[in-house]
Amino acid sequence: MATLTDVNLRHDKIDTILSKYPFAETFLTNNGVDVTNFRENSLDDYFKSLDPEHIEDHAIDPEHLLDQFSVFISQMLSFLGEDDKVVESITILPGHDKSGKTENFSEFIIQKNEIVSIVGPTGSGKSRLLGDIEWAAQNDTPTGRSILINGKTPDKKWRYSSSEKLVAQLSQNMNFVMDMSVFEFLELHAESRMVTDSETVIKRIIEEANNLAGEKFDPNTPITALSGGQSRALMIADTAILSKSPIILIDEIENAGIDRKKALKLLLSEDKIVLMATHDPVLALMGNRRIVIKNGGILKIIETTEEEKEILTEIEELDKKVMTMREKLRNGEKLTS
Amino acid sequence: MNLVTVSGPPSVGKTSVILKTIVSLKNRGLKVGVVKFDCLFTDDDLLYEKAGVMVQKGLSGGLCPDHYFVSNIEEVTQWGLENNFDILISESAGLCNRCSPYIKDIKAVCVIDNLSGIGTPKKIGPMLKSADIVIITKGDIVSQAEREVFASRVHSVNPAATILHVNGLTGQGSFELSTLLFDKDENITTLKGKTLRFSMPAALCSYCLGETRIGESYQMGNVRKIDLGKKEI
Ligand SMILES: Nc1ncnc2c1ncn2[C@@H]1O[C@H](COP(=O)(O)OP(=O)(O)OP(=O)(O)O)[C@@H](O)[C@H]1O
Ligand SMILES: Nc1nc2c(ncn2[C@@H]2O[C@H](COP(=O)(O)OP(=O)(O)O)[C@@H](O)[C@H]2O)c(=O)[nH]1
Ligand SMILES: [Mg+2]
Ligand SMILES: [Mg+2]
Ligand SMILES: [Zn+2]
Ligand SMILES: [Zn+2]
Repeated sequence: MATLTDVNLRHDKIDTILSKYPFAETFLTNNGVDVTNFRENSLDDYFKSLDPEHIEDHAIDPEHLLDQFSVFISQMLSFLGEDDKVVESITILPGHDKSGKTENFSEFIIQKNEIVSIVGPTGSGKSRLLGDIEWAAQNDTPTGRSILINGKTPDKKWRYSSSEKLVAQLSQNMNFVMDMSVFEFLELHAESRMVTDSETVIKRIIEEANNLAGEKFDPNTPITALSGGQSRALMIADTAILSKSPIILIDEIENAGIDRKKALKLLLSEDKIVLMATHDPVLALMGNRRIVIKNGGILKIIETTEEEKEILTEIEELDKKVMTMREKLRNGEKLTS
Repeated sequence: MNLVTVSGPPSVGKTSVILKTIVSLKNRGLKVGVVKFDCLFTDDDLLYEKAGVMVQKGLSGGLCPDHYFVSNIEEVTQWGLENNFDILISESAGLCNRCSPYIKDIKAVCVIDNLSGIGTPKKIGPMLKSADIVIITKGDIVSQAEREVFASRVHSVNPAATILHVNGLTGQGSFELSTLLFDKDENITTLKGKTLRFSMPAALCSYCLGETRIGESYQMGNVRKIDLGKKEI
């Protein structure tokens, strides 16, 4: 159990604790501890003041709560205190495919600011590979692969910490479920990430999102009222800027209403590693390299060739043409050849 | 044998997550059994049977399902031992936000979903606050930001727990969960002498026991009266 040496959570004045650890207020609020009238008293005084019936009804266990409080503060301190959080690279060490055959590569290193696409048929093991990375596998998943971070065996925190996840995933889903405005929503997310200058960060996210989406929205729009493209744009900008996870997984970015190239650029500009499972040639070729998965194993790793890059330019031209036509039709214009 | 208690509000994905996790446990050659506790009705036993898992079900009827759980878990444990399970998983619907079926030194898993709203972690009592592992499901239908906000709320009410995201439909995360459930050095032979992590409310009222008539003279046990205030007319 974690112990804090500089405060006594049970006996010190609540005001003293909160001024030392401002984030501790979240813990008390979320645990239903209302200390408004007890700031000059201790938590012990607070618990003693409670009606036994209230304690019984709300299943309050002061000892358990004090333990949890101490764990919470210690975790937050170590989270805020760390500055070696930069993930420069991840390394995949080979495992085996579904028939037990060893994968045919010695190691695969992905640097930050790099996009790698993953291709392969349904059921081939794309999600398992992403799962191996997320769990920082150590020869303890069905594939037998191991993952290194910055060339070293990773800290266990990547598996178990709720605030430090190795991987953020852009959902397929384009809708939000919470009922609040864009600003309130981002504020809530910033608060959960312990961001101090949230105003600035929120402004930037909205700016970047508007950059990606065709139609602009303002901070007071309810998130549930955003269009598909706007939601997608907001999710990407928010993940790029607010999410602390160094690796971003994408399961297809749909073409609807956002500039995908700009979206990927934004993610990379935030020092992320981007892994993208896709069937879309534009996205597959946007990666510097692509992993081909077959029968549960990494079959090969292909570097995007110069020729492919030229072809990509052609496909992008086509893509643009189609987009322009769509836009014209949408605006009630006629197409001309 | 290992015993794992899984609890969570209705329809959060308990059965889905357990079924996906059992696949990974079976792949390791472990024999798994399940007991399902519910209030009035459940079809879950059929789902487990269909997946080839031995299952028992217990319906508490009018009683708080958690009370019913404690009164029966020792017998169920003996059933598990007779059948030589390596791991026995109990699934119970957390219908009573006040009680929880967790036993000291027995692995306790709480399942909740991303859709239940960010106020929910605050509202769920010991079932969430004293769990060892908290599984958050349905991440596929919310954004990354919503997942992060929800997880941080869960963390603030139970910082000591391991929080995992599992998708009950695709099974994403269920292999990872399976690695946390079984400990080969753990060997339960009886629960006698063990205690609950949290006491359950002292007594039941007469309505819990089937009374239907209304009026003070029929009210026995733990009866508490609503406070309607004293408004001046
Ligand atoms: N090397 C392996 N050894 C054993 N099992 C494996 C291996 N790789 C993948 N699997 C298993 O194969 C199944 C299918 O893999 P997965 O879900 O990753 O496929 P996918 O490529 O993501 O498919 P889809 O395109 O349908 O999403 C999973 O149950 C996974 O655990
Ligand atoms: N989208 C989505 N649906 C899920 C997920 N997990 C479970 N479900 C669905 O939620 C419903 C309730 O699941 P069930 O396992 O019966 O919940 P239980 O009552 O807690 O046992 C079912 O329709 C499941 O298919 C998930 O991760 N994502
Ligand atoms: Mg997949
Ligand atoms: Mg169920
Ligand atoms: Zn109860
Ligand atoms: Zn009652």
